[in-house]
Amino acid sequence: MTDTDYTLAELCITAAAEAWRDAGEVLASGLGLVPRLAAGLAKLTFSPDLQMTDAESLLVAEPVPVGKRGAYQVQVEGWLPFRKVFELLWSGRRHAMTMPTQLDRFGQINISYIGGTFEKPKVQLLGVRGIPGNTINHPCSFFVPDHSKRSFVERVDMVSGAGYDPARWQDGVRRDLHSLRLIVTNLAVLDFGGPDHAIRVRSLHPGVTLEQVEAATSFPLVRADDLHATPTPTAEQLRLIRTVLDPHDLRATVFK
Amino acid sequence: MADKRRTLPDVVAELRDGMTIGIGGWGARRKPMALVREILRSPLRDLTIVSYGGPDVGLLCAAGKVKKLLFGFVSLDLIPLDPHFRVARQAGSLAVMELDEGMIQWGLRAAMLRLPFLPTRAGLATDVERLAPELKTVVSPYDDGERLLAMPALTLDAALVHVDHADARGNAQILGPDPYFDDLFCGAARKRYVTCERIVETSAFAEHGCLHTLVLDRGMVDAVIEAPFGAHPTSCTPAYGIDLEHLKAYGAATTPEAWAEYRARFVDVDASAYLAAVGGADRVAAIPAPIF
Repeated sequence: MTDTDYTLAELCITAAAEAWRDAGEVLASGLGLVPRLAAGLAKLTFSPDLQMTDAESLLVAEPVPVGKRGAYQVQVEGWLPFRKVFELLWSGRRHAMTMPTQLDRFGQINISYIGGTFEKPKVQLLGVRGIPGNTINHPCSFFVPDHSKRSFVERVDMVSGAGYDPARWQDGVRRDLHSLRLIVTNLAVLDFGGPDHAIRVRSLHPGVTLEQVEAATSFPLVRADDLHATPTPTAEQLRLIRTVLDPHDLRATVFK
Repeated sequence: MADKRRTLPDVVAELRDGMTIGIGGWGARRKPMALVREILRSPLRDLTIVSYGGPDVGLLCAAGKVKKLLFGFVSLDLIPLDPHFRVARQAGSLAVMELDEGMIQWGLRAAMLRLPFLPTRAGLATDVERLAPELKTVVSPYDDGERLLAMPALTLDAALVHVDHADARGNAQILGPDPYFDDLFCGAARKRYVTCERIVETSAFAEHGCLHTLVLDRGMVDAVIEAPFGAHPTSCTPAYGIDLEHLKAYGAATTPEAWAEYRARFVDVDASAYLAAVGGADRVAAIPAPIF
């Protein structure tokens, strides 16, 4: 197998799995196809103690393959209805990766609406869902499949998820439970390791330049001292993605 | 012992314009849709709705019943956003309070426990608190001095939920994989209306599921209404799954003409005509449980 024998989706899944390295015994929630496959890959490789669900109400001992299940039997190890998910996430025992529509330089994310006003949005999105509680209580990471000035914006239209803007944090509010970790995009891997949690480019996907990432971002980025190429998937990672986690190749639909 | 069996029109006749109504279930799962359609057929208006929203909210929006909506999402699950909700929002026709999912749980729990609020961190440092000026913070009186959001009690005039089985006294059994927050909706409401797939003898509960399936006790329920397939097109697993085909047709009916046609076919009809229009009992019962 040559170095180039993988798809962009597979590269992103592999890079995103790193969010859960050394996470220990916490619930790994990947919301969206790439995040979900990434969480599964982390569990099957370097973070076997991760807890996972069937994306409904069951805790499962191994990641459930996405798509049609055929003869696959879900390996149930517990029960996690929404009320227990909420208790668990408020207790901090979770690391979630979600797919924000907009993200700003503070890592504030928007999944609520775009354009117009809150009273009359131009485009209604999902609504805040559980993002306010997630972001303020446990580690969160993000996957953005279209790294552009439309997604990496100067100012989000609505702050659905808490970020590092100091003006947003009233005196006395606990900030130590809030921790934004990785941002994986179609171009690069970023984190919040710059001064005052500024967003930093950690690695560039093969063939992508820093200038290209900067041109696709509406705010300044910090360059990591050890800026490197995003590691490409190993043969074993590709085998797990292709034959165990996503046997129907749903990931082929991520980047058209 | 009180016999709480009622009909859909009986229950809707007890509701009033301007009421705050909580609706159980979650997204496209176990929603009291027969009761929602009965509300659509009534002259009720100016409702404030609290819901983990799905087509319940979408239908009420499409019919112009909603004055204000408290929501964290309005989703058809397999379709991420309810198209009728989207249309109503983009027309600016609803007053809204956008809340974290956990804040809704907390508001209902506070109401159930007769507390003015419950503290939480959810919503702090986001626009949720900025866009709802009625939300206040409190400072812990203990040494930690932490500032928390004081989620106010969401007291409901009425709660509507759908379950698998109920007895005539109002005890109710949920067989599906998640009770969602139906007990909190009932706990937070002055009047509690429960539709069910089937009214059973009290002694029959044990045949259908373990003790943990007995989620609502009769002190939490004012009326039970037998409404077979009453959650359709949402799921009521294990009895039936989400009717994605129907939800697609529903979601496509956002123009005035298409909505009028949908309404004539699926809303302004009685229960037997509805069931026939959606393909009959055998078809609905055969819809598999959803895979997420």
